[in-house]
Amino acid sequence: MPRENKLDKEKMVVVEGSYAVAHAVKTCRPNVISAYPITPQTHIVEDLSQFMADGEIPNCEYINVESEFSALSALVGSAAVGARCYSATTAQGLALMHEVLFNMSGMRLPTVMTIVNRALSAPINIWNDQQDSISQRDTGWIQLYAEDIQEISDMTAQAYKISEDKDVLMPAMTCMDGFILSHVYEPVVLLEQDLTDKFLPKYEPEYTLDPKDPLSYGAFADPNYYTEFRYLQEQAMQNALKKIEDVANEFYDIYGRYYGGLIDEYRTEDADIIIMAMGSVIGTVKDVIDKLRNRNVKVGLLKVRAFRPFPADAIRNVVRDAKVIVTLDKNITLGLNEGALCTETKSILYNTDINVPVIGYMLGHGGRDIKVDTIERIIDEAHEVIRNGIKTESQFIDLREEIL
Amino acid sequence: MKILPGGICQAGTTRVNKTGGWRNFKPVYNYDLCIKCKLCELLCPDSSVIPREDGFFEFDYDFCKGCGICENECPKKAIDMVLEEK
Repeated sequence: MPRENKLDKEKMVVVEGSYAVAHAVKTCRPNVISAYPITPQTHIVEDLSQFMADGEIPNCEYINVESEFSALSALVGSAAVGARCYSATTAQGLALMHEVLFNMSGMRLPTVMTIVNRALSAPINIWNDQQDSISQRDTGWIQLYAEDIQEISDMTAQAYKISEDKDVLMPAMTCMDGFILSHVYEPVVLLEQDLTDKFLPKYEPEYTLDPKDPLSYGAFADPNYYTEFRYLQEQAMQNALKKIEDVANEFYDIYGRYYGGLIDEYRTEDADIIIMAMGSVIGTVKDVIDKLRNRNVKVGLLKVRAFRPFPADAIRNVVRDAKVIVTLDKNITLGLNEGALCTETKSILYNTDINVPVIGYMLGHGGRDIKVDTIERIIDEAHEVIRNGIKTESQFIDLREEIL
Repeated sequence: MKILPGGICQAGTTRVNKTGGWRNFKPVYNYDLCIKCKLCELLCPDSSVIPREDGFFEFDYDFCKGCGICENECPKKAIDMVLEEK
């Protein structure tokens, strides 16, 4: 059921996206923050260190480290002693964390990390796409993608509640598009301290590292045991599916703001064409849909908030009666000529009674603007697929052929 | 044995898992040559060299993996690695 997003204008302030996130982190009362600055994540950790210097985050340690590998490693230890942990990174920094991402999820340590999505080198590029977090999809981290600054800010508190749930206990990435969200000033309601204290209970893990009662974490598991640990991680992800929905509802009850749970829908009722996308491009797509709906074009949007766990059932329910599904990807699986959302969407429709064609478009790589007319062109091509079937299953839509 | 998520377990449980069974060669002292220098005790990676009251040492074969570091380091060649036969 679509819910009205009640934004209290009295509470609204104009701030940079990074500040809204840093403020949200502060409001969640973290115990340990460890991060290494990297564009375009830098403003978040700068704002947090300012809060620390001003004494605005009580009972918290800010650990300065020499790399992203160390930043997350410090949090593995901190989370194991029962601390609520936070980090933020992007692109090459996230790639450097790769090994530790597995350790954190393998030891079932709740954590929230903001990923300020950016393209990966080489060639070096500091602008936005989502290749960095998509490339970490199998590390056992929950991945949520936000549409705007209000959502990424509020998602921080939601992510802690999901990650720390005793049936989940998996770390979570909250993903925001670099620059497009991190460096833009927008009117937002900063996460309210009184409501957050009500929404997010103190983190009380069942097991903690304690010298008086020593435990081993992530201990050796030989072939007789390893499989069962992987099975338990997958079970936790399946539990997270329900938890993400529940937490979005609880958040709405307390704050009056709602962005969808696993997914959100926009004008999908009676839609022939359903566009699927993640992140800030959603805003552009909604504008195009409004414009085309005025001309009686039956097009709607399925916003994917949770990429891991992947909301297979929720997506199937929405797309069942569509005539074509269009996926937008700011990433590519090199060697398959597809973005991840395209691949995953096709895979969850196979072996079902749903027979809707899926076409994928890769766009907005390395910070290239995604324009209204690009989305309109995609919708034109989707009409052509309804009429004459698929000619090209997946392609780059904004390729500059003149420089090739 | 039931597992806990995250591989969390009691510390010190390596005492239960007797790794001596991994051994191919077992170290044996020749006490006539030993000068009680303690190098074997110091260098044993598995704490399997146990001091005796008379100042000599003996091996804890429940945990000695037969790595041979003690034999290699012994300045008096007082340790022989003997093929383990079962």
